[in-house]
Amino acid sequence: MNLAFRDMRHKLGRFVVTWLGLSLLLGVVVTMAGIYRGMIADALALPVSIDADLWVVQGGTNGPFAEISRMPGATREMIARIHGIVMAGAVTFQPVQIDHAGRRLKLEVVGFEPGRPGGPVNLTAGRGITRSHYELIADRKTGFAVGDRLELGRDVYTVVGLTQGSVTASADPVVYMTLQDAQDLQFDLSPPEARRETARGAERADTDIVNAVVARISPNIPVEAVAADVRRWKHLSVLSEAEQEAILTSVVIEHARHQLGLFMGVLTVVSAVIIALIIYTLTMDKLREIATLKLIGASDRTIIGLIVQQALLMGVVGFAVGTALVWSAKDRFPRRVVLESTDLGILFGVVVVVCLLATALAVRVAVRVDPARALAG
Amino acid sequence: MQGPTFMNALIELRDISKHFGEGETRVDALREVTLSVGAGEVVGLLGPSGSGKSTLLNVIGCIVEPNKGSMNLDGEVVYANQWLRRDLRRLRLEKIGFIFQFHNLLPFLDSTDNVALVLHLAGYPKADARRRAMDLIEYLQVGHRRHAMPAHLSGGEAQRVAIARALANRPRIILADEPTAALDSERAGIVMDLLRKLAAEQQAAIIAVTHDEKIIGRFDRIFRLRDGRLES
Ligand SMILES: Nc1ncnc2c1ncn2[C@@H]1O[C@H](COP(=O)(O)OP(=O)(O)O)[C@@H](O)[C@H]1O
Ligand SMILES: [Mg+2]
Repeated sequence: MNLAFRDMRHKLGRFVVTWLGLSLLLGVVVTMAGIYRGMIADALALPVSIDADLWVVQGGTNGPFAEISRMPGATREMIARIHGIVMAGAVTFQPVQIDHAGRRLKLEVVGFEPGRPGGPVNLTAGRGITRSHYELIADRKTGFAVGDRLELGRDVYTVVGLTQGSVTASADPVVYMTLQDAQDLQFDLSPPEARRETARGAERADTDIVNAVVARISPNIPVEAVAADVRRWKHLSVLSEAEQEAILTSVVIEHARHQLGLFMGVLTVVSAVIIALIIYTLTMDKLREIATLKLIGASDRTIIGLIVQQALLMGVVGFAVGTALVWSAKDRFPRRVVLESTDLGILFGVVVVVCLLATALAVRVAVRVDPARALAG
Repeated sequence: MQGPTFMNALIELRDISKHFGEGETRVDALREVTLSVGAGEVVGLLGPSGSGKSTLLNVIGCIVEPNKGSMNLDGEVVYANQWLRRDLRRLRLEKIGFIFQFHNLLPFLDSTDNVALVLHLAGYPKADARRRAMDLIEYLQVGHRRHAMPAHLSGGEAQRVAIARALANRPRIILADEPTAALDSERAGIVMDLLRKLAAEQQAAIIAVTHDEKIIGRFDRIFRLRDGRLES
């Protein structure tokens, strides 16, 4: 006969309201963890979609996602000739803001060389870029559809393909275009200066600047050997795929962990206080029953079991319902929410520990109840 | 003072004293109470309000610790100027059944489970506990209310379920504090008959506190308390 369960069934309304509140609270904690994971996933989305074994970046820098990295476009040919490199492609990264269909859109323009690494690996609709000018591949998050036309700089581009999940660390969607277009766009976006330059008859050769060269390596050659070869050029630095991801992750962690961690900590403490209060009031309301139990011979274990089981049931159900709520609503969040089973496992563990701690006060009171209290009028 | 000790005494108190508070606020609730109740006896405990009846019952029920004296329950010395048993709740579970003035049923269990709980605590298998609980409820003529929650029972029904619970573990000592106070005289009579029958059948010792003049005639003996002293 489970007393905890029977008592809960008896006061179901009260428990349901408690569960509701608690599940919303714990749902927010779960969301925080999910947003944190989502931020890391967003930060890694672009390099993951580019899928390079090696990133060659400006010497002494941590690459284009961490700081400014610039090098001549000709670097790509130098790199491609190194033993062990199967393919190399030059890429540019440039944030732009456009007004489209009455909305202001922040986009990340990635310039790449079709047929070489640097472009999107998987398309969810349409085709890859086949012409050297005025074609775009856009992430679905932009809201564009295949066939849409949009103005960027001085030119009108046509969306020919769509990707999914290509975003920057700040969750801005990516559009891909040819390296040539991207370099023109970069130049065209400063028209007065450009016009002055053109008026003076200046050459545009100095616009062949790229932000990184990405390379795929032959499976038989160790990445480190190739990287060592590249490092002979002092004006270049090399990042392996793992190093690139570590840099991006650490940037996010630095920015987000303190804020989200603080929030999660505060909310966990709030949940703990609420669970403790509820358990305490539930116990205070049951003092007479507890005295009766003691009088008829129930051990402290039975009585503590009653309290602890109710606390656990409250926390576990609250957590389960909260997680289910977040799960079903996560795609409607403005930010990416990634629920990882290890995170959920840890949070579950924290909830269980919090519930156990929250019973301490109530258990103290219950153990001290005088059985004679059951006899008093 | 009570006569010689019975050979088969289930309850034996010697010079039991109990006071509450100290100094100015000291109340002597029991003063050197010596008594003995044998198996099969139904004893009434009378006395004005504040004379120590409840305190005496609580001492025998091992709920209140006396200050002095000795106490022997079912052949075991449980108190001699201090408790001699640590697990008083186990002792209560095994030997003592309580019937309260207020029925004190657990509000979240139905009639059957309120009775079965005691058996459950004593380690009976679940099915056995339920069967015995049902039998007892039937025996106390509340079988038709076996699935009712306490809030839906009348005073008399609740009291009978509470008596069933007190009897569940076949205790040899039954302590009742005004068991008939909430009942009309007909039902009070039924409860008294029941207690008598139990005492006889289970060779139990029963002490019942009462104010109730209409049932005084139904006890084997009467103890009268005044200011914490037993007068015969
Ligand atoms: N827990 C307690 N603390 C202090 N005084 C008590 C307590 N219990 C009983 N008393 C006092 O002991 C005396 C006897 O009480 P009680 O045994 O309840 O009498 P009765 O049941 O005969 O009315 C009373 O004066 C009462 O006030
Ligand atoms: Mg009393």
